[in-house]
Amino acid sequence: MDTLAGKDSPVHRIDPRAKVITFVVFAGCVVSFRKYEVSALLPYFLFPAVILPLGRIPMGFLARKVLLVLPIAVLIGIFNPIFDRTVLFSVAGLGVSGGMVSFTSILLRFVLTVVAALMLVAVTGFNGICATLERFGVPRAFSVQLMMLYRYLFVLTAEGVRMSRARELRSVGRAGTGLRDFSALIGHLLLRTWHRAQRIHMAMLSRCFRGEFFLRRPMRLGSADIVFTLAWSSAFIVMRLVNMPQAVGRFLLEVFP
Amino acid sequence: MYPDGTEALSDISIRITHGESVAVVGANGAGKSTLLLHLNGFLKPSSGSVRIGDYPLTKETLQEVRRTVGMIFQDPDDQLFMSTIQEDVAFGPFNLGLPRDEVDQRVADALERMGINHLRDKPPFRLSAGEKRRAAIATVLSMTPDIMVLDEPTTGLDPLGRRQIITILREFTHTKIIATHDLDLVLDLCARTIVLHQGRIWADGQTCDIFRDEALLHECHLEKPLSMQGCPVCSAGTPED
Repeated sequence: MDTLAGKDSPVHRIDPRAKVITFVVFAGCVVSFRKYEVSALLPYFLFPAVILPLGRIPMGFLARKVLLVLPIAVLIGIFNPIFDRTVLFSVAGLGVSGGMVSFTSILLRFVLTVVAALMLVAVTGFNGICATLERFGVPRAFSVQLMMLYRYLFVLTAEGVRMSRARELRSVGRAGTGLRDFSALIGHLLLRTWHRAQRIHMAMLSRCFRGEFFLRRPMRLGSADIVFTLAWSSAFIVMRLVNMPQAVGRFLLEVFP
Repeated sequence: MYPDGTEALSDISIRITHGESVAVVGANGAGKSTLLLHLNGFLKPSSGSVRIGDYPLTKETLQEVRRTVGMIFQDPDDQLFMSTIQEDVAFGPFNLGLPRDEVDQRVADALERMGINHLRDKPPFRLSAGEKRRAAIATVLSMTPDIMVLDEPTTGLDPLGRRQIITILREFTHTKIIATHDLDLVLDLCARTIVLHQGRIWADGQTCDIFRDEALLHECHLEKPLSMQGCPVCSAGTPED
């Protein structure tokens, strides 16, 4: 993600504040729909469809990340089709229950917001997001914590991969001693990442770190940034107020009765 | 002093003057890294004091001391934590509050000096061990420190990478304090050597004198540098038919 954030594109050049506001409006609109709404969510895919190629973000890379967290959304909505069996409409004689519709709606909203969040990080960088939060009045202690947490994720992953490799090499394809192994691994992982994080913090302090992160590009809010935010935010609000697919369907039926 | 009462260092009294190049050698656990951590204020002596230049190391002078003393850690992965090498090298100068133009200039100079300008936009994890080590030194150079403290600067490097680091370090006119097991590096770079053993200074003197003292080296779990041991093939003589 950080490598992507280091690229240069028209979207990367937009002020982080403009991008964060646009994302907040997007996420706010997407999550505010009723639980049975599906068709009205579809136009929101226009946002990633435009930003991804413009920001030179590889589609496959993002898709893999979304797939990684998708089970969470599935867990949240999996019981809807079981408990909510009210038939809302039928397609080719086959009844579609409210649970199925709400489950689909959850998945769509999840995918949209996760894609947008990843996209935001990929075109802004986590530093940019944290700096924006600070400009919007979030206390510095909080934004630095967030930044450190983000960095800690990399440390945790790197140490986790090393430990898992060492375990696999000595477990000869077996599961080891199962849960007992696992609990020891987790404990060690915590200690190792803790020590590593301490060493990194020392390296930061030795270079006079005082709780402030700096951006690759200085923040400058220009007319292009304002147009970006206003145009996308208005589009999201219109999509929220008007069910576009339904409106287009009605229009087509009127033109071609 | 460790929390359990074990003394990590004891009776340490050293004076290193401007421009000196000093090696701190000793076996594993002798206290080399612990000693270095005192030079940057990460550890405080339980008694006595540390003075860097004109400043005693106190809470008030800590930032100035950290600017003056450039610390290069043993594992470059600990030192390179930003997304790209360029950002990592710029991290220190930004924290010093320098204007953006000055930061850019310092980054360019440090990268140029370490010969890694072509790596500026690369993320640290894509670099080889030698490149990482040079990048780690650049992160400190950009802060223009007066004293360079290096912990095991050649560990994990191939012979060419090791030689490159030695050549670069030789060009530095800074005061250098190098903790290492690489005694050949010490012969190349440091006129003075301090031998630590069991947390105490066992010897402090001219590098050549210390490395000739086999009894001292043996006592401190060290060995003569390879370049002083003579060639084992030549000294074995020509095998008879």
